[in-house]
Amino acid sequence: MGPASLIVLTLAAVTFSVIAILLSRIVLKASWNPQKGQAYECGIPTTGQTWIQFNVGYYLFALIFLIFDVELIFLYPWAVVVRQVGWPALVEILIFFFILFIGFLYAHKKGALKWS
Amino acid sequence: MQHMWNFAQLTDLIHGWLYETFPPAWALAFEMIIVGIAVIGLFAGLGLVLVLMERKVSAFMQIRLGPNRVGPKGLMQSLADTLKLLVKEGMTPDGVDRFLFNLAPFIAMIAAMLLMAPIAFAKDFQIWDLNIGVLYVTAISSLNVIAILMAGWSSNNKYSLLGAMRSGAQIVSYELSAGLSILTVVVLTGSLQISDIVTAQSNGWWIFKGHIPVLIAFVIYMIAVTAETNRAPFDMAEAESELTGGFHTEYSGMKFALFFLAEYINVFIVCAIGATLFLGGWMPLHIGEWTAFNGIMDWIPSSVWFFGKTFFLIFLMMWFRWTFPRLRIDQLLNLEWRYLLPIGMVNILLVTVIAILKWHF
Repeated sequence: MGPASLIVLTLAAVTFSVIAILLSRIVLKASWNPQKGQAYECGIPTTGQTWIQFNVGYYLFALIFLIFDVELIFLYPWAVVVRQVGWPALVEILIFFFILFIGFLYAHKKGALKWS
Repeated sequence: MQHMWNFAQLTDLIHGWLYETFPPAWALAFEMIIVGIAVIGLFAGLGLVLVLMERKVSAFMQIRLGPNRVGPKGLMQSLADTLKLLVKEGMTPDGVDRFLFNLAPFIAMIAAMLLMAPIAFAKDFQIWDLNIGVLYVTAISSLNVIAILMAGWSSNNKYSLLGAMRSGAQIVSYELSAGLSILTVVVLTGSLQISDIVTAQSNGWWIFKGHIPVLIAFVIYMIAVTAETNRAPFDMAEAESELTGGFHTEYSGMKFALFFLAEYINVFIVCAIGATLFLGGWMPLHIGEWTAFNGIMDWIPSSVWFFGKTFFLIFLMMWFRWTFPRLRIDQLLNLEWRYLLPIGMVNILLVTVIAILKWHF
C-alpha cells in the first residue's frame, strides 16, 4: 500500500484507543469522593502551583541537540550517495564534522555538558 | 510446504480476489479495513505477549517461577491483567489540562502504530515499502517525546512534570546516537529503503560483513534504543523510588494501559529495526557463496527468522534490565554526550572508509 497506509494506521490507532476507553467506561463502576481528584504526590495536600517557572537544566542539552539533529538530517542524503562519490565525499564530511567539533568543544569548555 | 509460508502469495491472492469480486473503490476500502484490523490484532497480540515475556524473563533471571496460575503455565496472565485494567476507573484528577491530558495517550498510540508501516515482517510482506523507510522511522519515533511531555505537563503533578522533562532530555539525546548508528548501515547499503537494506544482506548480515565498526554501531544502537524507550537501566522518566510513576503518575485505567501498550510496541519496533538493519531482517542466515548451506537455511520461513531475531533483541533488552543498576541523570547525559556521540561520529567515518575501499564482503 502507498501513502494511504498512513491514514489507515492513524485511524486504526484512534479506533483501538477509543474502543478501549469506551469499553472501560461501559464496564466500570465509577465512584466519587472529594479526595479522589487530588494530585498523587506525597499523601499530604500539595502546596503551590505545578505550572511555575523552574530551572530546567536541560535546555542547554536541547540547544545542542538541535544542532546535532540538523547535522544528522544533512548526513542522510550524504550517506546514500557516499559510495558513488567516493573520496571527495569523505573529505567534505570531514570538514563538516571539523566545524561541528569546534562548536562541540566550545560547548564542552563552557561547561554546557556538565551537570550542575 | 514452503508456499504455505509465503505471505506475498497470500496477500496477492486476497488482493486479486477482492478486485475480481468488488468494484475497485470497494475493494480498496475492504483492503484498508483488512490491513487496519490486522495491525490492531498484531498490536494487541504483541502487547499481551511482551508483557508476559517481560514477567517470565524477570522471573527466570531471579530464579523465580513468575506467573504460573492463570491458564497453562500462566500463559493467560496478561489477558487477565487486561481484563482487570478494563474494569478500573480511568480518572481525571482535578486541575489537569483536560484536553492535553486526554490527547496524550492517543498521540503515543498513533506514533507507535505509524511505525508499523515500513517494517518488513516477512519476505515481501510490508505495509508500505517507502523509499525513505529508515528516515521515516527516525522521524516518527521522535513524535513519542511529544506525547510524554504533553502527559507530564498536563497532569498538574510535580512528579509527572519532572519525569517528563527528564524523559525529554534523555530521548532527544539518545536519538542522536541511534541515528548515527543507523547511518552506518545506510552508508554501507547506499539506500534508505528497508527492502533494499534487507536484500543487500542476502550474502551475509551486516553485523558479520561490516567488520568491527558495524559491531560498534550495533552496540551503540542497542544502548541508545534502550534509553529511547525509557527502559531500565535508563528508566529515569519513571524512576519509581524518585518520581512515583514519572509522566504517567496521574493516569489510570485504560489511558494508562494505552501508554503501557505503546511503550511495549516501541520496544518491539526498535528491536525490529535493529534486527532489520544489522541482523538481516527476514533474510535467513546466508554465508557468501555456500549455496548448499544457504539452501538449507531458506527452508526456515522468513517470518520465523524475522520474529526470532526481533525477540532475541527484546530478550537482550530485558536482560539489560536485570543486569545493570539504574543510572543517575547526570551519568546518563554524560554517557551520551561524552562517550557515545563522539564514538558514533568517529565510527561513521571508519565505516565510510570501509565502504569506499569496498573492504566489506
